Formats: sequence, C-alpha cells, structure tokens
Amino acid sequence: MTSYSPAPGAAPVGRMLLAQTAFETKMLLRNGEQLLLTVVIPTVLLVLFSAVDVVSVDGPGKRVDFLAPGLLALAVMSTAFTGQAIGTGFERRYGVLKRLGASPLPRWALLTAKTGCVLITEVLQVALLSVIALTLGWSPHGNLPAVVGLLVLGTAAFSGLGLLMAGTLRAEATLAAANLVFILLLLAGGVVVPLSKFPSGVRSALELLPISALSDGLRSVLQYGAGIPWSDLGILGVWAVLGLGAAARFFRWE
Amino acid sequence: MHADPAVEVTGLVKRYGDKTAVDGLDLTVRRGAITAVLGPNGAGKTTTIETCEGYRRPDAGTVRVLGLDPVADARQLRPRVGVMLQSGGVYAGARAVEMLRHTARLHADPLDVDTLVERLGLDSCGRTSYRRLSGGQQQRLALAMAVVGRPELVFLDEPTAGLDPQARRATWDLVRDLRRDGVSVVVTTHHMDEAEQLADRVAIVDRGRVIAEGSPEELCRDGAESSLHFEGPAGLDLGSLLKVLPDGSSVAEPRPGTYRIEAPLDPQLLATVTAWCASSGVMPEKLTVQRRSLEDVFLDLTGRDLRS
Repeated sequence: MTSYSPAPGAAPVGRMLLAQTAFETKMLLRNGEQLLLTVVIPTVLLVLFSAVDVVSVDGPGKRVDFLAPGLLALAVMSTAFTGQAIGTGFERRYGVLKRLGASPLPRWALLTAKTGCVLITEVLQVALLSVIALTLGWSPHGNLPAVVGLLVLGTAAFSGLGLLMAGTLRAEATLAAANLVFILLLLAGGVVVPLSKFPSGVRSALELLPISALSDGLRSVLQYGAGIPWSDLGILGVWAVLGLGAAARFFRWE
Repeated sequence: MHADPAVEVTGLVKRYGDKTAVDGLDLTVRRGAITAVLGPNGAGKTTTIETCEGYRRPDAGTVRVLGLDPVADARQLRPRVGVMLQSGGVYAGARAVEMLRHTARLHADPLDVDTLVERLGLDSCGRTSYRRLSGGQQQRLALAMAVVGRPELVFLDEPTAGLDPQARRATWDLVRDLRRDGVSVVVTTHHMDEAEQLADRVAIVDRGRVIAEGSPEELCRDGAESSLHFEGPAGLDLGSLLKVLPDGSSVAEPRPGTYRIEAPLDPQLLATVTAWCASSGVMPEKLTVQRRSLEDVFLDLTGRDLRS
C-alpha cells in the first residue's frame, strides 16, 4: 500500500532546470505548427529563392550567399519571437504558467529554461540551414564570434518582444499578431528582399528594426567578410534592453 | 502532529475593482484533517484558496499557511503545498503520464509515478495529449500532480466537478488516504454530499464570509428541526393532531395523504403521533424520521433562490 506521508522538498535547482528545459523542448518539437514556422518555412524559402530568380538579390557571390544570412536571421526570429510568443501565450491562457508558479520551480528558472529551449532549437535550425546552404554552394566568410554575438543578441531582442506580447495580450491576439509580424518582417526586414529595393526614407526606418539589424549584421560578416558590425549589434542591444525590460515590467502570469 | 493549524485566515478581504469577492473571512484549517469549503458559485471560495496558495495578495487581513506568509515565504512554502487548480495547468500537447513524471522531477522525494498512475486510472490515457483527454481524465491528472510531491497540505479546488461516480469515489478514497497518512486537505466543493461524506470540518462560505463552521454532524444538528413523515387517508383533521403536539410544532399535508410533522424529535413525539393515529383509527404507512441533511442546512443559510 502506498504511503502518502509528507516528505516535501524541492529537487536540486540544477535538476529542475534541466528537467524543465528538456520538457519545454520536447513540447516544442512535438508541435507541428511550431515546426512549420521554425523549420519548414526558412528551409523552403532558402531552397526556393536560391534556385529560382523570383527575388533580386544584392552583393557579391551567389544567390545563396545573400539568402543564407537572411534566413538564419529569420530562423532566430521564428523561434525566439513568433514561436515563443505563441507558445507562452497559450501556456498562460491554459494556466500552465499559473500552475508552475505553485511548483517548486522558481520563476527565474522557468525563464532560463525557456531561453535554453530557444537556444537548443536555434542550434538545430542553424545547423540544418547551414548544411542546406552549403550543399547549395554557400561560401560564408567572416569570424565566428561576431556571428554568435549577433545570434545571441538577436535572440535576446526577439525573446523580450515575444514575451512582452505573450504576457500582455490574449492568446488568440498573440497568435494573430505574432504571425502577422513574422510575415511583415520577413518581407520588410531584409530577409529575402534587400532593403536597397525600398525608397530611402522608408529604408532608413526599416533599418532600425531588429530583424533588419540581425540580417544586415549577419550579411556583412558572412557575405562581405566584415569585422564586428557594431551598429547592428547596437540596434539589437537597444531592442533587447527595451523588450526584456518591458516584458519584465508588464508580463502577467495569469 | 502539530497543534498549530495548517491554515489560519483572519479577516481576509479581497476586492476586484469595486466588487468585493472576500469580505472579512475567517477560517482555520486543522492539521491532518479534511476541511471542506462549501458555498454557492461566486461565494469567494476560489479567491480564498488562491490567496492561501500565494496567487493573490490580501487587501486586508492575514493569511498564514503552515505558519508562513504565502506571498513573502513562497519559496519555502511551494514544495510543501500541493495545488490542484479548478482547471488547466497542463501543456496542451503533453501526455498525462509524462506531465506527471515531469512534475515529480521538480520534487526531492516524490511518490512513485507508476503507482499513482495506476491508482487514478491514468494509464488508460496512453499517448493522448492533454487537450484531447476527457474532463474526468484531466481532473485526475491535476489531482495526481497536486499530490505527487508528497506535500504536507493539499488544496483541491472542486476536484470532483464533472466526474462520473467511479472517478469521484477514486478521488474520495485518495483524499481519505492522504488524511490517514497525516496530510492536511482543503477541498472546495458545491456538492453537499461530498462535504458530508468526506470532510471532518465544513466551512460554509457565502458572499465572501464564513457563515457556518463545524463538523457535518454539528452543522446538521445545530438548530435543526427534524421531521416526521407518514402516509394515510387524505384530509385528516390536523387541528386535533396539532393540539396534542408540543408548542411550536407544525403539521402539513404537502400532498393529499402525505403528512409532515416538524417538531423536536424524541421518542415521546413518536408515541404521541402513533397514539393520535390509533385514536383516529388511522394506520400510518411509511412512517419515517427525516434528519436535516447538509443540503438543507446549506440552503437554509444561503437561501433557496437562484443567484445570477
């Protein structure tokens, strides 16, 4: 016969963190819509636009040399912003965040686990897209630390904005808005359409978007072999501070 | 066993905008007992429980759970308290057993997951995701998640709402086993029979206050007039019966041939009634004594009208 005699206690925080990260990642990878967003769309765009001349590209090298950095930026946005906003919005709606609030898992550990889950997914995305791009003849330049720095800061900026949306809007509104923003930024953020195609006034506004800073920064390193793209990193840094700050201030758990 | 209470709520007030959900509520929950918080919808049960769980800050009054402040001492308290929300709390895509296993991993010394799964019949959920489980399966999973960490105190918010009779029994049996092993249990419900069967103590909440508290027996006895019923020929002369009954009694014929006598119940009353029947040449059929149920007490206290 089972005894229910009390023996309360939290698991060691490292074990909780590991368990939560693994569980969140498992839930994400099982979600078909999320995979469409994070894997299928960037892959299809990369393959399609590399092969077919429907968008005119910019700069030196082959079409894939322009497209690959943009789609890496899109991958980061799809996971850190769109996927995280929608996922977290529904977790809030279904009381998952509320129930976890009563568990021994501290809130900072939950957010760390979410970040861990985003980073794991991004590693998988970057690996997949890089392999596909390389088979399409991609020849990237540049230094790895600059690329990693851009990806990390881009993740921070998009996570802040995604969590802000998830923690303030209704889940359905988040779903609609996050998808809309994804499409708008895909088209107007220098991902597949060069910003040089836009009129100059519009262009200087678009250049301040986090997606433009990320795709431009990645492109200047990977396509042009530039050093460290400080201005892009600066823009991403500002977005990260604003987004994470606002999320911390306005996020509602229920 | 500790002498101090598991939960002590004093003068709790909680407002949402200009609506007062809890209005000076006092509640003491004994250790190692099952306490039912009973009340109509909107009485303030869930708000009270969620304040004890640390989800809401009191606007006034104090709440102590296991001697601690649920908001300020949340970190210490959380592992010691099991929580079952009224609904939700599970990832939409999660399967029952993996969710329970994950919850167990957050605790130092959890119950054996397989045993708990079998006991609550969650093994039948298989690979079905949470959102496709039946309401009863979702409820049982939430219950399992509340107890898997081996807490000292469990809050169950309407744990049997929407359950079929078998699942309801299974829930009650588990709650009784928790008490047997020294766990304190607080359960909200609006099922009278649940409170009557399960609880050691009942607190009836209405309009944000506790309006009656005690064991189910005490509540049913307090000020309770039991009634005597019998059937016989229609249209008996009740005036002559009333004359022989003690002062303050009442007699009615709610349906032709069905009689109801309300009076303090003792053997003498039975003797008086049967003697009157004998002298009137009436054979009382189906002579029964009806004790007041908790439902009667509840309806007397909270009113019989539907509330919007």
